[in-house]
Amino acid sequence: MSYPENQDLTPLSGGPSDVAPLGRTGPKPEHEKTATEDTDVVNWDTIAATPGFAALLRAKARFIVPATVFFVVYYFALPVLVGFFPEFMKTKIGPANLAYLFALSQFFVAWIVAILYTRTASKWDKQSAELIAKDSKQSSK
Amino acid sequence: MISVLAAAEAPKLDASALVMFLSFVAATLVITYYSARRSKGTTAYFAAGRSITAWQNGLAVAGDYMSAASFLGISGMIAFFGYDGFMYSVGWLVAYLTVLLIVAEPLRNAGKYTMADLLAYRLKPRPVRAMASLSTLTVSTFYMIAQMVGAGTLVKLLLPGVPFHWAIIGVGVLMIVYVVFGGMLATTWVQIIKAILLMTGSVILSVLVMNHFGFSFTKFFDAIAHVEKGGQVIDFMQPGLKFGDVATKGLGKWDLISLGLALVFGTAGLPHILVRFYTVPDAKTARHSVVWAMFIIGAFYIMTTFLGFGAATILTPGGIVVDGKPNDNMAAPLLAKALGGDLFFAFISAVAFATILAVVAGLTISASTSFAHDFFTNVIHHGKEHRPGEEVRVARITAFVVGAVAIFLAIQLSTINVAFLVGLAFAVAASANVPVIILSIFWRRFNTAGAVAGLVVGLVASIVLIILSPSIMGVDPATVEAAKRHLIQRPAIFPLTNPGIVSIPLGFIAAIIATLCVREPEAEARFAELSVRANTGLGAEKAVSH
Repeated sequence: MSYPENQDLTPLSGGPSDVAPLGRTGPKPEHEKTATEDTDVVNWDTIAATPGFAALLRAKARFIVPATVFFVVYYFALPVLVGFFPEFMKTKIGPANLAYLFALSQFFVAWIVAILYTRTASKWDKQSAELIAKDSKQSSK
Repeated sequence: MISVLAAAEAPKLDASALVMFLSFVAATLVITYYSARRSKGTTAYFAAGRSITAWQNGLAVAGDYMSAASFLGISGMIAFFGYDGFMYSVGWLVAYLTVLLIVAEPLRNAGKYTMADLLAYRLKPRPVRAMASLSTLTVSTFYMIAQMVGAGTLVKLLLPGVPFHWAIIGVGVLMIVYVVFGGMLATTWVQIIKAILLMTGSVILSVLVMNHFGFSFTKFFDAIAHVEKGGQVIDFMQPGLKFGDVATKGLGKWDLISLGLALVFGTAGLPHILVRFYTVPDAKTARHSVVWAMFIIGAFYIMTTFLGFGAATILTPGGIVVDGKPNDNMAAPLLAKALGGDLFFAFISAVAFATILAVVAGLTISASTSFAHDFFTNVIHHGKEHRPGEEVRVARITAFVVGAVAIFLAIQLSTINVAFLVGLAFAVAASANVPVIILSIFWRRFNTAGAVAGLVVGLVASIVLIILSPSIMGVDPATVEAAKRHLIQRPAIFPLTNPGIVSIPLGFIAAIIATLCVREPEAEARFAELSVRANTGLGAEKAVSH
């Protein structure tokens, strides 16, 4: 925490930054909390239990799991096909051959998966923004 | 053709190369000076104030990642072995899908400065951080030594007037200056400039190659199908010249699959790549920066088609010689000399140095951040700074020590073949770091015992398998020169050069078995917090305004 220099830091009496009276029992004012007391302001378990969070996790899994399986299978098809069926991969296609075009396609497939991912993920951003907004509304009541 | 072949002879010490390299050094030092003035505070030093934008971080990730091994090594592999070299380069891009889909966003959301932050959230921080820090330091220093020995070799070839030791000391001192004074901000900009230089050089060289073939792909691919090597005309587009069954006794395909596993999983566990995602304001920017990086890295590896096959067809493998010996690291620079003359050769040589400098600076800052943040502050001092600014001071001292040790080791190891160290770095990242990161994010039951076991087994298995592999063990005939001899003159016990196919499953199995042996209710109870943080970004570290 840093304070601007040459400024009177004495809190205004009765103002929002007033210090708590000695021996009080109520909760500390926000500004007086030390770093350790201030860490868990969010009730993580409550958010984790909301249907909105479960829906977010499901939406993520629905894209990430099949996409990961797809790119891993597509990528390892290259060394497997070239390693085990080299004669087939030498098939000429235009000026190049199947092996080269399949290797080249890997770049474009990786780019397409990446773009599809960012498009889908921007929907998740909205979902999690709603979750966070709901949570802060509840805790301020 | 005669003039082209004559131009491809060994280069002499060239003033223009020196001038271009010195102007790159001067530019980076100016950046370091301004970064040092701007970098005040811990977050500014370790994470550039989390103020880097998506495209900047994309370029910086690319600059951090594309080492001289990619630029010179892969072009050379294609120039000498054709298609197999190109296939080798594919995995380096596909690996970023793992980074994008699985690791980058949870890491940015739940962490602060290092990979261990994510693990320490719900596990016992001290044992986990100690092991994660050890693994980080191992990956970074091994990779750094490989890069620095490479730098020395490169100087010998590109600027024959500069002695080997001075080249390593020069690279080492520069990287220490960037990291100690400029922190993450200076490192980031060195990496951005390097990425722009590397892409510019590669694009110009690619255009020159196509110009040589009258911009006709038919002509170019026809030339690739008829490359003259060792007195024979060979189709360089056919697979199998390097990794095929004849050349490798049937092991090549397994080695490629094993390498693919190490790349696809290992990249997401490389500490110097992971720390880059802490330099951006939020997970969304981290995501976009990976996509930027993927387009830059992918475009570069596609251009190795022109660099490598261009050298194979225009220079021919027999024409890529230095001091009368074939040299696969010199394919791209000699091609530049043949097509663009001495000035362009000087530019490409300067790019090669910039490449090494940017990578070693990234490695140094990730190693020193991990030591200062994970080991010094969190393991020794239980997470408290005793004096303000202590963590940054420790990181600066660590960067200095790491740099000095790397200079010393690189000079000591300069006469032996250290190429295996790069493979080792990826194997450790894939077998030790990645299983633990993935299980920590996705498996509620995962606990401290599992994390420590996964890190230890992954680290030890990778190192032991590399020592037993043909990278280190092998019997050489007496005629083989010292720099290319195997370290242990016995037949290899483990048949593959890349241990990933065995060590990655071992890392996962160790982590899972150790987890199932112990119950840790605290770790399971905090899974909800980690999951909410990682998936929503709630409570994530914010950007610092300047």
